[in-house]
Amino acid sequence: MTVAVFFGCSFIAFGPAFALFIFTIARDPLRVIILIAGAFFWLLSLLLSSLVWFIAMKASNDKDQQLQRGLLIFGVMFSVLLQEVFRFAYYKLLRKASEGLAALSEDERSPISVQQMAYVAGLGFGIMSGAFSMINILADSLGPGIVGIHGESQYYFLTSAFMTMAVTLLHTFWGVVFFDGCENRRWWVIAVVVALHLLVSGLTFLNPIYEGSLPPAYVILVSMAVWSFFSCGGSLQNIQQLLTCRKNDAGSEVAS
Amino acid sequence: MNTSDSEEELCNERTSLMTGSPPISSYHVETGLPSSMDTQTKRRRPVTNQSNNRETHHEGVSTERDSTADSEDEELSLKYGAKHVIMLFVPVTLCMIVVIATIKSVSFYTEKGGQLIYTPFTEDTTSVGQRLLNSVLNTLIMISVIVVMTIFLVVLYKYRCYKFIHGWLILSSLMLLFWFSFLYLGEVFKTYNVAMDYPTLALVIWNFGAVGMVCIHWKGPLQLQQAYLIVISALMALVFIKYLPEWSAWVILGAISVYDLIAVLCPKGPLRMLVETAQERNEPIFPALIYSSAMIWMVGMTEQSAVQQPSHQERNSDEEVGQSHHDNTEDNRNVVVPETEVHGTQSRTSSAEELEEERGIKLGLGDFIFYSVLVGKASATASGDWNTTLACFVAILIGLCLTLLLLAIFKKALPALPISITFGLVFYFSTDNLVRPFMDNLATHQFYI
Repeated sequence: MTVAVFFGCSFIAFGPAFALFIFTIARDPLRVIILIAGAFFWLLSLLLSSLVWFIAMKASNDKDQQLQRGLLIFGVMFSVLLQEVFRFAYYKLLRKASEGLAALSEDERSPISVQQMAYVAGLGFGIMSGAFSMINILADSLGPGIVGIHGESQYYFLTSAFMTMAVTLLHTFWGVVFFDGCENRRWWVIAVVVALHLLVSGLTFLNPIYEGSLPPAYVILVSMAVWSFFSCGGSLQNIQQLLTCRKNDAGSEVAS
Repeated sequence: MNTSDSEEELCNERTSLMTGSPPISSYHVETGLPSSMDTQTKRRRPVTNQSNNRETHHEGVSTERDSTADSEDEELSLKYGAKHVIMLFVPVTLCMIVVIATIKSVSFYTEKGGQLIYTPFTEDTTSVGQRLLNSVLNTLIMISVIVVMTIFLVVLYKYRCYKFIHGWLILSSLMLLFWFSFLYLGEVFKTYNVAMDYPTLALVIWNFGAVGMVCIHWKGPLQLQQAYLIVISALMALVFIKYLPEWSAWVILGAISVYDLIAVLCPKGPLRMLVETAQERNEPIFPALIYSSAMIWMVGMTEQSAVQQPSHQERNSDEEVGQSHHDNTEDNRNVVVPETEVHGTQSRTSSAEELEEERGIKLGLGDFIFYSVLVGKASATASGDWNTTLACFVAILIGLCLTLLLLAIFKKALPALPISITFGLVFYFSTDNLVRPFMDNLATHQFYI
């Protein structure tokens, strides 16, 4: 519970997302708007799912701990499904907007491609999801307290930060893959994305047994990264070119 | 008053407007400008927001080449539209950040310190019904004060009492720049236990205030002026946050959005009348303190004139804008900002010269103030804390985006408060009551959604 913990956890949780924002999104106003609108859609889905959970909770017995936990699990699952529904809705909205922009432009092309929109939308979802999960925890970490004083895990802040980072990046990759699946009408892709999201959320039910939730989440993260890379046109050749070009450029720069 | 200046500029603008062939979409969004600042901490002033027209001018950029079809213009206007939206996002975000940072660190602004004279009914009542009634009464009083002030301003404008308005504005900004910033600095020093002697403080405040007056009312670098306007809006919003009792604040925010809607869209609304009067006279409606985001930049003109242009405009706008604050009398700051003509300078002339316009977008300070009041109240009073603040922040930005979109579609003056404030209020109440328990429970168990 120190400033070091605060800074460390916030950089862990938000570092990659922040870097992605600065380097790829901040310069283009259209992308910033799509990002914020994506965050808004995620927020809407959260709102509706908490409404459902709240009603269920109020209608049930307050004292029964098992029931409350069960309701919370139901709330989580429902929220995941609703998030994916809203992702689909956002996809539809962006398609329409893209068509509108293309119609208005001179060369019938939209100024932003669907893959870029997918990436930005996914990042929007991820940033908002991460922020909502992490910000209150970060604010608490600045204040006084002892972590795990009642016997819970000492690593609460650290694991929260890592999980938040994983979820943020996962949302980004899911966004890319999801939109790609919608574009090419591959519905199994959508089903897989939903299933993976449910899986990652479901694994967090194992917390505080962090071995059960964090490593699998990271494995899924890496595989999603690879999948989304290939789905938006990347290839091993690209990577090779990237590396060799770098070397070439470096060589030529040195020479000149 | 700078009417003569503005008229000259207007003429220039007009002619340039005429010659330009490409469709110039000058949108104005009238978002009320609440300009004036509070005259006294004891009195609360209705914020200008409402009474004044807040206009956000959203100007599409028209391309120069007339040969290109409308579509290119439209595309450019959309591209510039996105850019303009961002040009508004940044200052609104900055203002909110300043307000939130202050609320979270300086406890003075969250302590109960009495109420302004415009909200005489207390909220320390025993029953919920009584409290609700009191807050509604407070709102009625506040809104009627605002309406009266707006009408007063319209009357003043109609009868060409420019000197009065001018003096009013100067006095308002004097009070805000010197007195309120002195109080603010005092509270910050108390919070951080900084010992500061009076001579140093006097020097700092004097410099801050004097440069502010020069930048806002005369000429100054654009970014400095923008910074001062943001600081002023934040100071004003903080005063509102402190002196408005809780329920009254929410009801007032709602009522002001409704008033804004009525005042700008109804044919007999005061703001609309102000706009029309200004248009009849071919004058820029007095730009209430308006935040402007870009310079007008004309290639082919001398550098000097290019530099002067924006400051002139700003100046005009400042004067006109109602900074109503003012002591005793409740001035509303209503400022209608007709920006069309003023912004008109951006039109391009055709063929002869290459004129590039970097159209900026203008938003009334009242909008800044009310957005910040909403977010500040959310962060001060919500038990969900940061989640609620974040949700309100995103909601307001999306509302602003939608407003600008509507502006691009309808191409006529629109109020900027209603959509954002509605979203903000909806998200505040729902996040605080529904999302907070959900997220708290999730955090306790470390579940992730």
